[in-house]
Amino acid sequence: MLDTLILSRIQFATNISFHILFPVITIALSWFLLFFKVRFVQTNDPVWMRAYRFWVKIFALSFALGVVSGITMSFQFGTNWPKFMETVGNIAGPLLGYEVLTAFFLEAGFLGIMLFGINRVSPRVHTLSTFIVAFGTTLSSFWILALNSWMHTPQGYEMRNGVAFPVDWLAIIFNPSFPYRFTHMLIASGLTASFLIAGISAYRLLKGDDKRAPKLTLKIALTVAAILAPTQALVGDFHGLNTLEHQPQKVAAMEGIWHTEKGAPLLLFALPDAEAKTNHFEIGIPNMASLILTHDLNGEIKGLNEFEGNHPPVMPVFFSFRIMVGLGFLMLFVAWTGRIQLWRKKELSPWVLKTLLFMTFSGWVATLAGWYVTEIGRQPWLVTGVLSVKDAATDIASSNVGLSLIAYLILYTVLMIAYLHTIFTMAGRAVEIEEISDDEITKPVITSAIEGLK
Amino acid sequence: MFEANTLAVVFVALMGLSILLYAILDGYDLGVGILLPLKQEDNSDTMIASIGPFWDANETWLVLAIGLLLIAFPAAHSYIFKELYLPTAVLLISLVLRGVAFDFRAKAAFSHKPTWNKVFKIGSLLASMSQGYMLGMYVMGFESTFAAYSFSLLSALGVAAAYTYIGACWLIMKTEGDLQVQAVAWAKKSGLICFIGILAVSVINPIINPNVFDRWFETPNMLLLLPLPLICFGLFVYSFFVLKKLPAENDKGCWIPFTAASTIFLLCFIGLGFSFFPYIVPNKLTIWEAASAPESLSFILWGAIVVVPVIFSYTAFSYRVFWGKVQELRYH
Repeated sequence: MLDTLILSRIQFATNISFHILFPVITIALSWFLLFFKVRFVQTNDPVWMRAYRFWVKIFALSFALGVVSGITMSFQFGTNWPKFMETVGNIAGPLLGYEVLTAFFLEAGFLGIMLFGINRVSPRVHTLSTFIVAFGTTLSSFWILALNSWMHTPQGYEMRNGVAFPVDWLAIIFNPSFPYRFTHMLIASGLTASFLIAGISAYRLLKGDDKRAPKLTLKIALTVAAILAPTQALVGDFHGLNTLEHQPQKVAAMEGIWHTEKGAPLLLFALPDAEAKTNHFEIGIPNMASLILTHDLNGEIKGLNEFEGNHPPVMPVFFSFRIMVGLGFLMLFVAWTGRIQLWRKKELSPWVLKTLLFMTFSGWVATLAGWYVTEIGRQPWLVTGVLSVKDAATDIASSNVGLSLIAYLILYTVLMIAYLHTIFTMAGRAVEIEEISDDEITKPVITSAIEGLK
Repeated sequence: MFEANTLAVVFVALMGLSILLYAILDGYDLGVGILLPLKQEDNSDTMIASIGPFWDANETWLVLAIGLLLIAFPAAHSYIFKELYLPTAVLLISLVLRGVAFDFRAKAAFSHKPTWNKVFKIGSLLASMSQGYMLGMYVMGFESTFAAYSFSLLSALGVAAAYTYIGACWLIMKTEGDLQVQAVAWAKKSGLICFIGILAVSVINPIINPNVFDRWFETPNMLLLLPLPLICFGLFVYSFFVLKKLPAENDKGCWIPFTAASTIFLLCFIGLGFSFFPYIVPNKLTIWEAASAPESLSFILWGAIVVVPVIFSYTAFSYRVFWGKVQELRYH
């Protein structure tokens, strides 16, 4: 029988992994929607409205899944991790509170107008509502990443009788890893949404959709991805250097360095062995890790031996890191290949379209892998140096946690199948709709709640 | 800087306001979900359309209420939700199911729509009942006795009936034609059950909770509090007379049942709050014992003073935009 601690950890990981899939889409997708809407206002070209209408539905669906899976989070801190709030609640509480007060209500309040209000408010107010929703989702990620980053690199607090008290709120919010993590996450969202848009647009083109909208959205998504992918590599590198400074044990696990060494190789593949404290089947580029991390071919990198009993498990961090980086470079390659082909030949070859379709949800995989690197990399701490994960766990019966975990697992599996199925159903339906006529600009098209019936 | 004791009172008031707003606002959309007919397709679309632009913002009040409990009274948060672990899980899963069903029923393949309608209805019902059950257990001080479980089950039915009632009143206000006639009939039935439920809880609660009894029947309190049940009773009677005449010509007074129901919610809430204040966990933990550090609470309070009025104004704006009878819900 698994104990309450391990079950709580699996449950939290399940909930937060499922939850993040939707914000990572909606944060950036909302800005894409704003762009479509603004372009429509500027050009009065109906194709922009067509793009907006199609993607706003996928946005609404993803947003709903994000909202409902997020509600479970606010309960779980108390149910499964009571010591977390008891120890650092004075810090975590206000940050979560500001997220709800400044971001959640803003998003939810204007979402109704954005989704259903275009004929009830002026075009200007509707565009403004779209902007406010985009701003709200981004603001939400600002607060939650401030809290998460504080858990990695806590600052601006003091401990009194084992409880953290705030001393300097600016230092708490803008803690050392926050700017890097926030930027890294926003770009991750941009890439995830770009590949989603590109993948679904490619799906429509492969299905024989000859309308302008999917071609246009594909081009925009590829352009954004081609810019963001290399930027992300650069930001990721800065984030890594920041981690090396503040959490060297995480970097040691990411790079699979068991013993402090000079001129460490960049391991492309290896099989870490926690028992023997070494790697098997190493394939690496000599001195590269030292060069990347210290900008010196013979730079010294601290190994896990310096953090005996106080470092994360190597295997999951090591592999997640490689999956994230590998996917990042694949996205870079595909985005550039596609964008160059589009530039030269004005259209994409079937194999590029198929590759893009295959990579529709590649952003999800990369985002999850990245979060696993940083979160598992923080272990055994929940808040670095302040609270360990096992000290924060609840004492409720493991059977209760087991029961709720099984329920969540079933629920999330069903929802994921329904979500994917619905997205492709909507894309398939869009293929069949006639190309828009000119009077659509003046006369609103009815896309009723029972879409597809009309 | 605010004083620590004042802060605890301010935050419990803010939390109470969020819970009350949640009960009224998400109450009506949960109620509409419970009432969703599985056969009359046309009506079900109109009913869903009446809550479409609002449900998401309505649910945010729950996040704020739970958030405030977590932030301001973390000890109470972990105590309450450890005691209510499984009902909480049921509540969350139901809320997830109905939230997504709302979107899936409109977007998934048409053949799946009846299934998502069912999910929406059952999810709404289970969410309402689990909230009622949790309220019952809270009132009973989380005892594991037969009496406590029975009372909580009664409370589960009571809250579901109350949400159904306010949901029906919402539909009277927002719809017309045969659906409005249907909604009046629903309001009459669920209003009666709701009335019996409130009466039962009001009688049983002081009988089984000696502290509550003392509080209500001490001399000055009793006179001060007497208006609460009297107005509540009066509103029910008044609503029944109004409901008999609805729908009226030119739709006169279609807003009265909803306003009366909201006021009943408010009065019940004040009564409940009065029964337990200053305890945040009945008979175990007061708000002052459970409160977070004053420096943290002050930091949020400054923000809340600025932000909460803004939230109220744009919520009002959103209700104004979608004012009047519901039209077909469309993405533009």
